[in-house]
Amino acid sequence: MQEVAVILVSSVLINNYVLVQFLGLCPFMGVSKKLESAIGMSAATTFVLTLTAMASHIVNKMLLVPLGLEYLRTISFIMVIAAVVQFTKMFIEKTSPLLYRVLGVFLPLITTNCAVLGVALQNSTKSLNFMQASLYGFGAGAGFSLVLILFSAMRERLAAADIPQPFEGAAIAMITAGLMSLAFMGFSGLV
Amino acid sequence: MLEIITQQPILAALVALVGLGLAFGALLGFAAEKFKIEGDPVIDQIDELLPQTQCGQCGFPGCRPYAESIADGDAINKCPPGGQATINAIASLLDVPAPALDEEHGQEAEVKTVAYIREDECIGCTKCIQACPVDAILGAAKLMHTVIVDECTGCDLCVEPCPVDCIDMLPVEENINQWQWPAPQIPSGLIATDRMNGPNLVRPEDSVSNREDVA
Repeated sequence: MQEVAVILVSSVLINNYVLVQFLGLCPFMGVSKKLESAIGMSAATTFVLTLTAMASHIVNKMLLVPLGLEYLRTISFIMVIAAVVQFTKMFIEKTSPLLYRVLGVFLPLITTNCAVLGVALQNSTKSLNFMQASLYGFGAGAGFSLVLILFSAMRERLAAADIPQPFEGAAIAMITAGLMSLAFMGFSGLV
Repeated sequence: MLEIITQQPILAALVALVGLGLAFGALLGFAAEKFKIEGDPVIDQIDELLPQTQCGQCGFPGCRPYAESIADGDAINKCPPGGQATINAIASLLDVPAPALDEEHGQEAEVKTVAYIREDECIGCTKCIQACPVDAILGAAKLMHTVIVDECTGCDLCVEPCPVDCIDMLPVEENINQWQWPAPQIPSGLIATDRMNGPNLVRPEDSVSNREDVA
């Protein structure tokens, strides 16, 4: 139980993939204009991250390591990610056409979200069991969701706020992201 | 067989990647069958928001074709009977900004109206019957026509074709059977900082200076 908590805290807060490791910044800036779509994107990314962490762990442990093909990690993980994202896309298109429309191009772009590949690759260099690997994936997704939802809530307020002209739009968003990142750096050494 | 594969690194790599590709291909093929969608459900949702007057003022033969066209990216502000309320609803559905009503397609009626045929002037030409998109006009050739009030959507498409101009659009009077609570106003200014530019805001220093003026 304690181990679960440690993994979650370390992947959500301490090694947050967006604000501490700077992975997956494209959807972080791109889908954070509206809270609703940010929530949808978080859910989809968390789903993909957890599934990819599981699938890439299985591929790594059952296929690549026994055959001595560790050097094929990147390409096979990309294949895993592409398949999982495509699967998620079909699933969302069927279950929630509205979310599908709102997410638009960002849904297939989860494929190129480097946080997803980052989690798979980092998991394969640590020696983890299946449970731990999927927890790391879920933790990364939860961390991404937390940060994305917080950021989009702030950006919704910023859209209505009285911002000096040179800072309007992307500039103030970048500054906000930087300040959030500073805040998250403060979690280091928590565990 | 397995020995040959493990001894030849290239062969192993080939088999592994091809195998992975085949496995994922099979999974996706299965998913494509399983999660097949028929039609576009967004069209249905847009169609439900449109007022179903079938008036054709948007330039399409009815509400459904207009809904299909919106789903394909047409402008959402071509529906005068629905007015700004419909535009806002579709805008929030599709997550796009809500434009004002396009005047080219007509103006939003302020009160709901229904067609009324002055029956003693009607010559029974059936032209209005053919024009009515919702079959709300009753009558036959050379016999007097009349309007079923409950069915009439007030689209005024029957006014134009009438050769003797005996159709009037009358406002619907509210009675106890169709009265509804007014739609709730979306509250604004719940958050104090959002009201900063509002006209009612009196900053502390303002009130102080006002008092000094009075004194």
